[in-house]
Amino acid sequence: MKLYALTIHQAHQLLRKKEITSRELVESVLSRIDQVEPKIAAFNQVQKESSLKEGEMLDQKISRGMFKSPLTGIPVGLKDNICFQGVPTTCSSRILENFIPPYDAAVVEKLKEAEAVFVGKTNMDEFAMGSSTENSAFKKTRNPWDLDRIPGGSSGGSAAAVAADECMGALGSDTGGSIRQPAACCGVVGLKPTYGLVSRYGLVAFASSLDQIGPIAKDVTDAAILLNEISGHDLRDSTSSARPSEDYLGSLHPEVKGLKIGIPKEYFIKGIDPEIEKSVMGAVNKWKDLGAEVYEITLPHTAYAVATYYILATAEASSNLERYDGVKYGFRASDGKNLNEMYEKTRAEGFGPEVKRRIMLGTYALSSGYYDAYYKKAQQVRTLFIQDFKEAFKKVDAIVTPTTPTPAFKIGEKVHDPLQMYLSDIFTISANLAGIPALSLPCGFSKEGLPIGVQIMGRYFEESTLLNMAYAFEQASGIHNKKPNL
Amino acid sequence: MTRYQCIRREFMKYEAVIGLEVHAQMLTHSKIFCGCSTSFGSKPNSQTCPVCLGMPGVLPVLNKKVVEFAMRTALATHCTISPLNRFARKNYFYPDLPKGYQISQYELPLAEHGHIDIQVDGVEKRIRLTRIHLEEDAGKNLHEGIEDASYIDLNRTGVPLMEIVSEPDIRSSEEAVAYLKKLRNILVYLEVNDGNLEEGSFRCDANVSIRPVGQEKFGTRTELKNINSFRFIQKAIDYEIKRQEMVLEEGGRIIQETRLWDTQKGITVSMRSKESAHDYRYFPEPDLVPVKIHSDWVEEIQKTLPELPDAKKERFIKDYQIPPYDASVLTQNKKIAFYFEECASLYHRPKAISNWIMGDLLNEEEIPISPRQLTGMIELIDKGVISGKIAKTVFEEMLRTKKDARTIVEEKGLLQVSDDEAILSFVDQVLNANPESVEQYRSGKERLLGFFVGQVMKISSGKANPGKVNELLLKRLKNP
Ligand SMILES: [Zn+2]
Repeated sequence: MKLYALTIHQAHQLLRKKEITSRELVESVLSRIDQVEPKIAAFNQVQKESSLKEGEMLDQKISRGMFKSPLTGIPVGLKDNICFQGVPTTCSSRILENFIPPYDAAVVEKLKEAEAVFVGKTNMDEFAMGSSTENSAFKKTRNPWDLDRIPGGSSGGSAAAVAADECMGALGSDTGGSIRQPAACCGVVGLKPTYGLVSRYGLVAFASSLDQIGPIAKDVTDAAILLNEISGHDLRDSTSSARPSEDYLGSLHPEVKGLKIGIPKEYFIKGIDPEIEKSVMGAVNKWKDLGAEVYEITLPHTAYAVATYYILATAEASSNLERYDGVKYGFRASDGKNLNEMYEKTRAEGFGPEVKRRIMLGTYALSSGYYDAYYKKAQQVRTLFIQDFKEAFKKVDAIVTPTTPTPAFKIGEKVHDPLQMYLSDIFTISANLAGIPALSLPCGFSKEGLPIGVQIMGRYFEESTLLNMAYAFEQASGIHNKKPNL
Repeated sequence: MTRYQCIRREFMKYEAVIGLEVHAQMLTHSKIFCGCSTSFGSKPNSQTCPVCLGMPGVLPVLNKKVVEFAMRTALATHCTISPLNRFARKNYFYPDLPKGYQISQYELPLAEHGHIDIQVDGVEKRIRLTRIHLEEDAGKNLHEGIEDASYIDLNRTGVPLMEIVSEPDIRSSEEAVAYLKKLRNILVYLEVNDGNLEEGSFRCDANVSIRPVGQEKFGTRTELKNINSFRFIQKAIDYEIKRQEMVLEEGGRIIQETRLWDTQKGITVSMRSKESAHDYRYFPEPDLVPVKIHSDWVEEIQKTLPELPDAKKERFIKDYQIPPYDASVLTQNKKIAFYFEECASLYHRPKAISNWIMGDLLNEEEIPISPRQLTGMIELIDKGVISGKIAKTVFEEMLRTKKDARTIVEEKGLLQVSDDEAILSFVDQVLNANPESVEQYRSGKERLLGFFVGQVMKISSGKANPGKVNELLLKRLKNP
């Protein structure tokens, strides 16, 4: 039996029946990593010894039937912008190459509490800026379905690792689509929770008002398991919601009868890849067959999403990245003759081109004389998005759109055209601007065999609606059972 | 003396316009966005955590006490507390600023539109407050005794500060100092700040400009930074006003800049010009939710406010029938005011108590004698046990030994002699020893009486009751 190919819930059942051990699971995943990692390059770092030791230790409890959670003894991956005490957290950037946090992110604490086993830190676009994982300072991760293609980004490492069975589930972060877009590109499930549902404490900030940590999983059930463990109030994050926790797994059911689904006309315009449109509409029809009602709706400000996003996200990023000045930790350029030169050289050498581009954009948008025209205006438009969704959710329970405008593109194809690259997130950005939950689910394949994702957006804190809808489709279509050939 | 200091009074056709920005460190035990201690003088970087070090991924969490302290201040200075206020980031690069930005309040401050009433030369004046807002302090660069390097101490990083900004209503250095003293007094009464200028927990920047009398438009201002005593603040402002007058008189132009007070030379010197100042790129802090202040919370804080200096002064005048001057001096310092009231509750002579406090106790760091001891001594005077003169000696001895007045009087044999016979014997001794003076007195030189009194007091070691001495001397001199 290929243990690495199991889902979390399958592995959990086998652990419960004592048919396998956690150590066997971890070994299987580690040998899978040995086997495919040379091709995929999903990890910045693999924690071999500690994960084996962890598995062994947990087996003692498991043998006595003690399970803290469905994640007990399950090997998982962590995007390299989530702090893990004592382990380098690099954000795939030179400037943080040597940074070893003395603290755990809140989600890491929670996963430790749930007895998950950490196998490694996954590659990403530097500081989570990008849609292809080509902006990593260390390596290029490849799409398990086609090694010449990008895995999506910025959580490309996490999505590729899950798709290639290098871990059973992973956490990513999503600022403008960075969980959903790579999930769609790699044929896995990715969920960006409502802003505030998951603590951001210990997530190295890109754009604080948009960032959210979420699960990347092989199927919907696993996504629900992961979300159960990482959500919940955290006193260390003021933006964390104080709502009582929900049981997403326990309430998972394949029922969509009477559910009202909205199709925003602004997302199905001329120029959209016909294969994508066909596949997404196929999913919509499947839900219709299962008893959902489908309505055309409008989200009138959609056209401004990308522009708004790139002003707000870069503005916040320019500020969040100021701390990397060479003074305290990580990288410092060696030959600065005075303080200013030290700052300049450190940042010139330590950051990659995309990060620098965004710092410049954000600095410009916030500078005096331009603040009103850019930042302030963008904030005003942001409230319009929120209004759009509020209106829409008066009529429907969920909104369905494509996750990406095209399937995964070729490595290097858009590297020199940042604006083209920015459009990869055109369908995912609005959910971050509004703070609503959104999920990407595999819904088909292109002629070339590349996965296609469908996005479901929901009302604030209605993750369960999204998970149930996705679960219904998954059960009916069986699409999640298809694996890449590696 | 520099040329600016010799300016002649004839030039004085200008009026100064001064606005003050006070940074007051709040007396919370923990920092504004984390749980680290705020105590002063610890080993460098011993009071830090990932949050105040600004490490990647960590987030600030607002200390509720800080908001309450600022609310106390806002209420005490008649400000309007904003029901919704918000933090912002002030972005700039400096080694002691670990995040690369300072979390402060910008467009939505905690409180606005207050005032403080001051008195200069007996004239009441109202100074308006523009705003009170919250912010975190930065760290400190260490250079002293270190070669070819600078070290950074981040113990102060995240220490909660309140910035209190006045309108440019101040017209002289005297008003500025009166305002600062009044403000400090209020903060100390409220127990939100320790009022310590030397340690920098009460810091002041002054914006100074001048304009021809009668002109409405403000002149170009300069900013005087971080001056650490009231005396220097007064001197710096005076100097700056004169310097600006001189520049204008000579046909020059005031440059908007930051200037520092050079304590040694007694002049202000240019630090940096405002033209090269940073563009701070303020924007709302996304890691903190806006602070909502419900009216219930305001009411709750209002109830905990102590009696403030102005109210206390009025009450002292009314309740104790002491002169306004005394009441105002006694309420300048919370400790003294409390001391006075305790004394007054023990003994019925508030004016005598006030005199002793104002004369001898005002400048004491810690009041060394208890209210019971002070009133005990006053009672001895009133009962004629000791003379006012002896009381001075007794008082000094009390400060030194912390013993009660009665014990000192007994130990040192300082009881006042009021007994007629005893005093008569002193009087006779003096008159017998000075027959010529007695002759002169009797032939009309009456002012010699003082001389005789002095002599009697001298040989009685000051213990003779002066009233009795006078009475008996006159009796003997008139009836030989
Ligand atoms: Zn701290």
